[in-house]
Amino acid sequence: MKKFLLSLISLAVLVFVALLVFALWPTSTPKLAPAPDTDQAALIEKGRYLADAGDCTACHTATGGKPFAGGLPIASPIGTLYSSNITPDTASGIGLYSLDDFDRALRHGIAANGNSLYPAMPYPAYGRTTDDDVRALYAYFMHGVAPVQAENRANDVPWPLSMRWPLAIWRKVFAPSPEAVAFNRARYPDAQVARGAYLVQGLGHCGSCHTPRAITLQEKALDESGAEFLSGGPVIDGWLAVNLRGNPADGLGSWSKDDIVATLRSARSATHAVLGGAMGDVVVHSTQHLNDADLQAVAAYLKTLPASERQVSSFKADPATAKALAAGQEGSRGAELYVDNCAACHRTNGQGEERVFPKIAGNSSVLSEDPVSMIRLVLAGSKLPATETAPSQLGMPGFAWRMSDEEVAQLLTFIRSSWGNQAPAVNAGQVAQMRATLPKESPAVSRTDIAKP
Amino acid sequence: MANVKPKVDAVIVGMGWTGAIMAKELTDAGLNVVVLERGADRDTQPDFAYPKVVDELEGSVHRRYLQSLAQETVTVRHNLTSTAVPYRQMGSFKPGTGVGGAGSHWSGCHFRALPEDFKLRTNVEQRYGASFIPSDMSIQDFPVSYEDLEPHFDHFEYVCGTSGKAGIISGVKQPGGNPFEGSRSREFPLGPNPNYLGAEMFYGAAREMGWDPYPIPASNASAPYVNPYGCQMGPCNACGFCSDYGCLNYSKASPNISILPVLRQRKNFELRTHAQVLKVNLDSDGKKATGVTYLDAQGREVEQQADLVLLCAFSLYNVHLMLLSGIGKPYDPQTGEGTVGRNYSYQNLNRVVLFFNKEVQANQFIGIGGAGTTMDNLNGNQLDNAKAGFVGGGIIWARQPGGGPVRGINVPPGTPNWGTAWKQAASDAFRHSFYFEVQGACMSYKQHYLSLDPTYKDGFGRPLLRINFDWHDNEIKASQFLVGKALEMSKILNPVALAGDAKKPGEHYNITKYQSTHTCGGAIMGSDPKTSALNRYLQSWDVHNVFAIGANAFPQNNGYNPTGMVGALAYWSAKAIREQYLKNPGPLVQA
Repeated sequence: MKKFLLSLISLAVLVFVALLVFALWPTSTPKLAPAPDTDQAALIEKGRYLADAGDCTACHTATGGKPFAGGLPIASPIGTLYSSNITPDTASGIGLYSLDDFDRALRHGIAANGNSLYPAMPYPAYGRTTDDDVRALYAYFMHGVAPVQAENRANDVPWPLSMRWPLAIWRKVFAPSPEAVAFNRARYPDAQVARGAYLVQGLGHCGSCHTPRAITLQEKALDESGAEFLSGGPVIDGWLAVNLRGNPADGLGSWSKDDIVATLRSARSATHAVLGGAMGDVVVHSTQHLNDADLQAVAAYLKTLPASERQVSSFKADPATAKALAAGQEGSRGAELYVDNCAACHRTNGQGEERVFPKIAGNSSVLSEDPVSMIRLVLAGSKLPATETAPSQLGMPGFAWRMSDEEVAQLLTFIRSSWGNQAPAVNAGQVAQMRATLPKESPAVSRTDIAKP
Repeated sequence: MANVKPKVDAVIVGMGWTGAIMAKELTDAGLNVVVLERGADRDTQPDFAYPKVVDELEGSVHRRYLQSLAQETVTVRHNLTSTAVPYRQMGSFKPGTGVGGAGSHWSGCHFRALPEDFKLRTNVEQRYGASFIPSDMSIQDFPVSYEDLEPHFDHFEYVCGTSGKAGIISGVKQPGGNPFEGSRSREFPLGPNPNYLGAEMFYGAAREMGWDPYPIPASNASAPYVNPYGCQMGPCNACGFCSDYGCLNYSKASPNISILPVLRQRKNFELRTHAQVLKVNLDSDGKKATGVTYLDAQGREVEQQADLVLLCAFSLYNVHLMLLSGIGKPYDPQTGEGTVGRNYSYQNLNRVVLFFNKEVQANQFIGIGGAGTTMDNLNGNQLDNAKAGFVGGGIIWARQPGGGPVRGINVPPGTPNWGTAWKQAASDAFRHSFYFEVQGACMSYKQHYLSLDPTYKDGFGRPLLRINFDWHDNEIKASQFLVGKALEMSKILNPVALAGDAKKPGEHYNITKYQSTHTCGGAIMGSDPKTSALNRYLQSWDVHNVFAIGANAFPQNNGYNPTGMVGALAYWSAKAIREQYLKNPGPLVQA
């Protein structure tokens, strides 16, 4: 017995040492030749555009803070992380980073001091960025961004989780090496789809939210070779990251390319609207700044993704609901609630009004298998962000103060089973669960903050 | 003076329609603009959110969205010898407050004045002789023409998504529109709103009278709309909560939804709310403004310096600020000298109510603020004033901006004021009655003017603004004539009862009864600095870097609602500032 225990301990030590060696074994990365000394201004401008595409500001600019000076708190399962200062300040930022240092952080997830980055930094996606684009981004961050003296704030992660070396194991196991996933245009039918794939998988890092993650937190797929790629991700701040695959009911199957472009450009399309702050911020900080060709490319690529296998919801237009409501036949408490609270804007035919009030009939968010976004929307409301091409912050009020859990459940069950919509019923327990997470006064409907974006 | 803010290019007093228009135009031109609004910030969400805004008690009785009269109000008197008393409860007219101002709680009627309205005195003199004009009537021509303003009328309608039907486009008559209107450069941005029953019946009766009914131009969107600034509107759902309320549905044009979404994103635009402007500061010789002094939300006095001061408050308060700040010479009704306060005018509104039996289903639960049907056959040059016996015309309309039990239910004449009989009549009438209104012009007179009150002060220690106004024989005759015509027309529809409230000879102006928020004049535009406070660009004749934008500039009021004209004048003034004043600051018209 004693011998057995001893061998068990030795084995554990051996495994630990092996892990430690695996973690600490340095990762060698190929050197990157500096950009040819051509048009520096054009290179910086290109880098600025790519930084928009990568939405670097989403994490690296704190609310009300200076651009890219870091300090934004990011909630993670192990504690609060604070984003770093990536301005070219030599003392507190990345001013002393060489091109290779920059590349190692961006595509390999390794900081200049050798630490592995938390994968909140989406380097598994950024790994697909081309050498040329890395050089442009470097030029922009070194010369196009104003240096800001701001010390990085220590993460709020308790020991032993605060140890960095296990992150190297995660990185080596789950993050593909950039060489292995170097972008290959030949895999796509045409240049437009290829460009879209490059943006979606790489700088756009859409999968960070829209692809489900394994228990070990890596995205289940990083490109279309995995069937779960962009099939809908976790719930972020109470909003579901929607399925971007071709599912006709709850994916983008019934969306046109123009719908996708309009949504990325202005947070709204003729029939749909972006829900919640997370995607609203992506539109404001990133996608609205992309040129038409790139947005069209993103749309073209997304439209190549087939429906995921699991299809619970469906939609087949049915005039019965509209007819009944117009005739004053509600027939259920859910329908009554709809007429009293929703129909003024979304109309009794569930069609809403073009670009202003989203349609409900066949709306992919309404039809999501998980009704969490709809529950949150009805309880707390939502407001569109102001974008350059669509400045109106159109909003829907919350009804938490007016409807009980049971009423919200009945209302949502009604809209998810009317006009041809078919999605699972909602129960009061689901509503209660969401209600408990919401502040009494929902920020979604609070006063417009006139602070500058 | 503790707190002096660094100088900006322009400071704007008031964040209503004219403030929003001027801020948009001047930030477009690259200026740094600060807007000071005495009330709170307001936006559709959360302030006008459904369903909380749909509350008659709060909106129409407690006046939640209107100016509080506790700190700042006006006094009113009927003649030059009596002592004016303060307007302590909202009655005759309803100034707004907060972001959007009266532009957030208006109904939405969006007219252009007629070409002849711009040259009223000349026109009346030519048609009927100078002696036709009563000796105390001080009407005068606008120093701009319809043609000058046409592009600005047009632009403002496109900003507002105005729903209507053109009557004349590029000189060519269009079926279904107003055949007497000034020529438009193009059709309305949106088609007319649907008619309620009363409007439909109005069409029939008006045609039988030989008139030419047309849809009231309404800035209540009849379809989804995106304005030239990219701001969006949703189609009106006829909820009937327009006047007194902010729109819950993004359907009624307002500074809040039509312009502010763009302004709020601009780095050269700053909005400070709860900023009560006390006065405009002038330099030592009083020829130039240096900025304004205001109280901030904490009650601290702040001086905001600026190169340009734009008065964009409610028309009465623009005049008040000019009087308090010593901009121009106050008008003296005894001598006729002075210009600030001169030519205050109003609007001549009356109503006829038609009661039907139960076959006529007049659904008063629905309403669209600005929409309905009207006619111009008794307005402008269509009316033979010599025969009618008064100066100025008016319109008759069918309009159902929204009613409800708390806002009042019309009952047939002879119904007791309370008890079972009243209840029965109210219940019978609510769904089977509607009303038509006559909206008449209101002339200006030597004795109708605005001045500082010698007795009462506001919460900030300043003299209140005093309104000197009463109904003149001319307006009483007009009221009787127009109500008479409306009754004549109504009889065609065979109502079971009919009531009209034409003004009676000798009747005095009643400030306790709501009539109209169209208070006009007091700092009028003109071509002669002796008879006007502002030149044709709404620039003060006396202090060249002060512009007073609003209905205060009307020398007298025409038969229409003023907002279309107010917006057009703001764009007209902004154009002059951008194209002329900024290049060469100084008087734009030599006195």
